[in-house]
Amino acid sequence: MKIAIPSEGTTLESIVNQSFGRTHYFIVVDSDTLQFKVIDNQAASAQGGAGIKAAQAVVDSGAEIVITFHCGQNAADVLKAAGIKIMKAVTGSVFEVVQKYKNGELMELMEIHPGYHNHGGV
Amino acid sequence: MRISVLSGKGGTGKTFISVNLAYAANDGLYIDCDVEEPNGRIFLKPELQLVEKVKVMLPTVDMDKCSGCKTCVHFCKYNALAYVKNKLLIFPELCHACGGCVMLCSNGALAETRRAIGIVEYGQSGKIKTRTGVLNTGEATGIPVIKHLLTDIPNEGLVVIDCPPGSSCAVMESIKDSDYCILVAEPTLFGVHNLSMVYKLVKLFDKPHGVIINKAIEGETVVEDYCRENEIPILMTIPYELEIGLLNSQGMLVGQKDKYFSIFNKVLQKIKKEV
Ligand code: SF4
Ligand code: SF4
Repeated sequence: MKIAIPSEGTTLESIVNQSFGRTHYFIVVDSDTLQFKVIDNQAASAQGGAGIKAAQAVVDSGAEIVITFHCGQNAADVLKAAGIKIMKAVTGSVFEVVQKYKNGELMELMEIHPGYHNHGGV
Repeated sequence: MRISVLSGKGGTGKTFISVNLAYAANDGLYIDCDVEEPNGRIFLKPELQLVEKVKVMLPTVDMDKCSGCKTCVHFCKYNALAYVKNKLLIFPELCHACGGCVMLCSNGALAETRRAIGIVEYGQSGKIKTRTGVLNTGEATGIPVIKHLLTDIPNEGLVVIDCPPGSSCAVMESIKDSDYCILVAEPTLFGVHNLSMVYKLVKLFDKPHGVIINKAIEGETVVEDYCRENEIPILMTIPYELEIGLLNSQGMLVGQKDKYFSIFNKVLQKIKKEV
């Protein structure tokens, strides 16, 4: 199972980043072999739509699961369209969070931050 | 004559001054370009005459023609597009309607449609004509609404343009065809900082300009000092007065009182001389 996790650094010991769209890196790790690759998040400096751009990169990495503290509506739309499950992160390193996921200790991320979808009025 | 009223941040009294100037001109046109928070109508209580929708282009995709090359996704600077599982996702609120993706798609899979992002209300308040722009919540940019507001402006009479706060592209759009810019400032250090931002902008656009100090307190001279150093004319100083605050908070025009009417009228005369 391939898992994408926003992270502050480029190793499995790196701390999970609080942000999804603005994270420095994503670590995409195979939960069985613990082999991983690092995505340099180009969206971190995007003017707008960072969540969408980051989610596109995660989708393209072939991840099947995302573990994150927060996720905006737009990013969630992209991830869901790709059939990616979004789990709620806990504080710790990428490695620890992966272990917790394998032990079934993580919950699905419920609170998706409302984007501005269909609040338009006119 | 077109006068734009600017301030570096919201809440300095920009709208308060704009509506009273329009009132002092007797038959002016007041245009509220602060499309995210148009408050001028609270003071002027215009009778609504016409509402127009402001529409911008939005791409739509024909998935039968789309090859999944993602050229459009990579091109879109605003990240309004994503390609997932053989499907192109379009996020309307993030689209800035540049049209680039439609031009670039070599498969002809993208076409232009139109969608509404806000409205322009045309109204009348006594002798003053009003235009109010309203941007829908969550929309990326109010510039199309501002452009709509500023088309077909009569050449005669006074036009007062109430700009959005700050010094963004939306403000530039609002002042670009103006004859004169009024910079509204509060007499504090923060006020000076905010003033310096809009001052730089009007210098860049090479517009004649002057400052109105609002909520002036005796002894607080930081804004005056700044104006003197940069040789910016001070058009008027509005004292921090309970009466003004009261009328203002009730959404009333202070210009309706004789003594204030003449003050605002004097400012207009001063500006007329300069333009
Ligand atoms: S550029 Fe055209 S063909 Fe390529 S992904 Fe976009 S819509 Fe599809
Ligand atoms: S029109 Fe421009 S801003 Fe809108 S989706 Fe296409 S490329 Fe992006």
